[in-house]
Amino acid sequence: MKNLRYSAIVALLMLTSLATRAQNFIEQGQVNGNVQIDAQYYSEDDKLGITDSLLNYRKFGLNAFSNIIYTNGDFSAGLRLEGYLNPMLGFDDRYEGIGIPYWFAKYKVGTLEMIAGHFYEQFGSGLILRSWEEWTLGYDNNFYGFNAHFAPYKGIMLKGLVGTQRYFWEPYEAGNRGIVKGLDGGFYLNDMFDGLAEATTKIELGGSFVSKYEKTGNVYYTRNREFLVDTIPWIETTTYEMTIPHNVGSWAARANIGHGGFNFYGEYARKGADPNATNSYIYRKGSAVYSTLSYSTKGLGIFLATKWIDNMSYKSKLSESGNPAMLDINYLPAISKEHQYSMATMYPYATQANGEFGVQGQIIYTIPKKSAIGGKYGATLTFNYALAKSIEKDSIYSDVTGSITGTEGYESNFFSIGDLTYYQDLNLTIDKKFSPKVKAKAGYYHQTYNLHVIEDNIYDDKNMVYANIGVLDVTYKFDSRNSLRGELQGLFTKEDEGDWVAMLLEYSVSPSWFFSVQDEFNYGNPVNDKQIHYYNVSMGYMQKSNRFSLRYGRQREGLLCVGGVCRYVPASTGLTLTITSSF
Amino acid sequence: MKNYAFLIAALLFVTIGYSQSENKVLFTLPSVDIQTVQGEPFNTKQITNNGKPIIITFWATWCKPCMKEHDAINDVYEDWVDETGVKMYAVSIDNARSSKRVLPTVNGRSWEFDVLLDPNGELKRAMNVNVPPHTFILNGKGEVVWQHIGYLDGDEQEYIEIVKKLVAGKKIN
Repeated sequence: MKNLRYSAIVALLMLTSLATRAQNFIEQGQVNGNVQIDAQYYSEDDKLGITDSLLNYRKFGLNAFSNIIYTNGDFSAGLRLEGYLNPMLGFDDRYEGIGIPYWFAKYKVGTLEMIAGHFYEQFGSGLILRSWEEWTLGYDNNFYGFNAHFAPYKGIMLKGLVGTQRYFWEPYEAGNRGIVKGLDGGFYLNDMFDGLAEATTKIELGGSFVSKYEKTGNVYYTRNREFLVDTIPWIETTTYEMTIPHNVGSWAARANIGHGGFNFYGEYARKGADPNATNSYIYRKGSAVYSTLSYSTKGLGIFLATKWIDNMSYKSKLSESGNPAMLDINYLPAISKEHQYSMATMYPYATQANGEFGVQGQIIYTIPKKSAIGGKYGATLTFNYALAKSIEKDSIYSDVTGSITGTEGYESNFFSIGDLTYYQDLNLTIDKKFSPKVKAKAGYYHQTYNLHVIEDNIYDDKNMVYANIGVLDVTYKFDSRNSLRGELQGLFTKEDEGDWVAMLLEYSVSPSWFFSVQDEFNYGNPVNDKQIHYYNVSMGYMQKSNRFSLRYGRQREGLLCVGGVCRYVPASTGLTLTITSSF
Repeated sequence: MKNYAFLIAALLFVTIGYSQSENKVLFTLPSVDIQTVQGEPFNTKQITNNGKPIIITFWATWCKPCMKEHDAINDVYEDWVDETGVKMYAVSIDNARSSKRVLPTVNGRSWEFDVLLDPNGELKRAMNVNVPPHTFILNGKGEVVWQHIGYLDGDEQEYIEIVKKLVAGKKIN
């Protein structure tokens, strides 16, 4: 009896303690999150050739997500619910459905931080490993597994991960994709060594190693051999089975050096033999270099970047290729500038993973206020130039015709530059404030776009687009809350869809309302029926951290690009409602 | 143990009572490892301003309204600091493609406020930012008390009004 009473007291104490803990967990924790809903209603449109049957009778598209994060001290956990009911036009059908593709639990003890569940990670600039998400693109290559960050000593950061990657809604099963493992170390010398703490030169060195294991099926290829027998040409076709490496490793080394106004970043990466669908199943090893150099001081910024990549497509499933890009382990940044105006982004560049050379330069100069040229308010000039070209590829096998599958592929000297231009962009913009009421921006862009290479994977110069683009953007402020903005843009080209003109008028009442009308008119299209007005009427309302916007009009066909990854958007007509909210 | 629980409950009660007389805290600034504009390691716990309010804006070099917002704030930033002691951190979510272009952009445009880099969106996700520009205002204790999505010409006036109310110890809503 005494024992029982004692047990009851212990149990009660334990319950109280648990209750207290639970209460702490709830009371001391914080919950925050966000929601975004993009809903579209599609109409038939004779001009664009859109009919209900073309839309598969899907009159309504909805993409939505919600993030919820719980934080309590050094512990946090979160999830993202996503729904595509049905996916909006331009998103892959395999996204259809609703579920939780991302959840995590994270805690930190001392200098060790662990994540279990889904996570995003980047080593260096991402040449051998980067997982990230971009909602507007429908891009998400998150890892599902374990991730650790550990700082064993000041200035040293070690990262390690093991995981499988997201593929639409398909759960991981042995054999349906690979397992990725990675290690990275970053060493900030100025923090590590007291003697360097005050040094004016700041140095970071880093290195990473990534390996993919994949249980692969059999891959076959055929080879034709041509030869003469008694002056009669013969072709012999043989089928071979490929020996696929189960483990594909890669490594990268990097340095970041800052000194005064100078900043240098360089990264070099190598990848082991990785026959895959993107590189036509060749055994050649991959390599990449990416470096940037900048000098800046108040009012002047100079930036130079160069990159050279050869056979660097790296995915956790070797047979995966095409659109949308899925299961990418690494990230190869495109070297051109991402523009802000619709006509300047009509011909966007995306990295060619099989090989490219790129260079970019940019100068930003602010003419000081109250100077002879700058006037009372000064002005900002931005000049930018980007070029992407092929790399030299010399064939190795003179007697092999047709596919290079199953071979070393080709030979290429390090940093060789080929003859074929993929992309070129020369642009100049001026920002100028004329008075407290009037601000303007003008821009000129000259772009060369190799349509065959960028859109069709055909490596020739038979479909080059040369475009001249002009932009004028003027804002007039009636008072501190009300302003009117007008944009006039023109795109002039003899190729592709010909000339365009675009106009926009936007009236805004800070901090809550905006109304805009917009038209993009393809007046120079060589096909008369395609000289279409892509008009849009939209309005938005902001209330605290809620944002509502409603748009009716036509969406032109094109590539939507964020961060050098692009998504094809088909033409459509209809009503779009977007609700964004954070709490 | 029971006493302890009682004490905690009492403490919580007091805390809740206390926070009711203040502005509603949305959440505390999370601790996330990001980078300085020079690319050096930086933890968001280092975002401080001696008990004065802080503005955090998320932006990118390719985001048109963000550039407008920052140019507009830069025109009045010195006055803001003089009047209220506020400090602004502009967190760039430019990825590897353009993150190294942030430093020359910031200097080239003569921006006066602090700039940080979040190249893989770690802080962006922790603070539930969907698209830039997204602006947060923190009270002197590093707690987020106000947030705003998007930028319309003149919105910066709203920001400084909120900051002034915080400095004066007034309710912001």
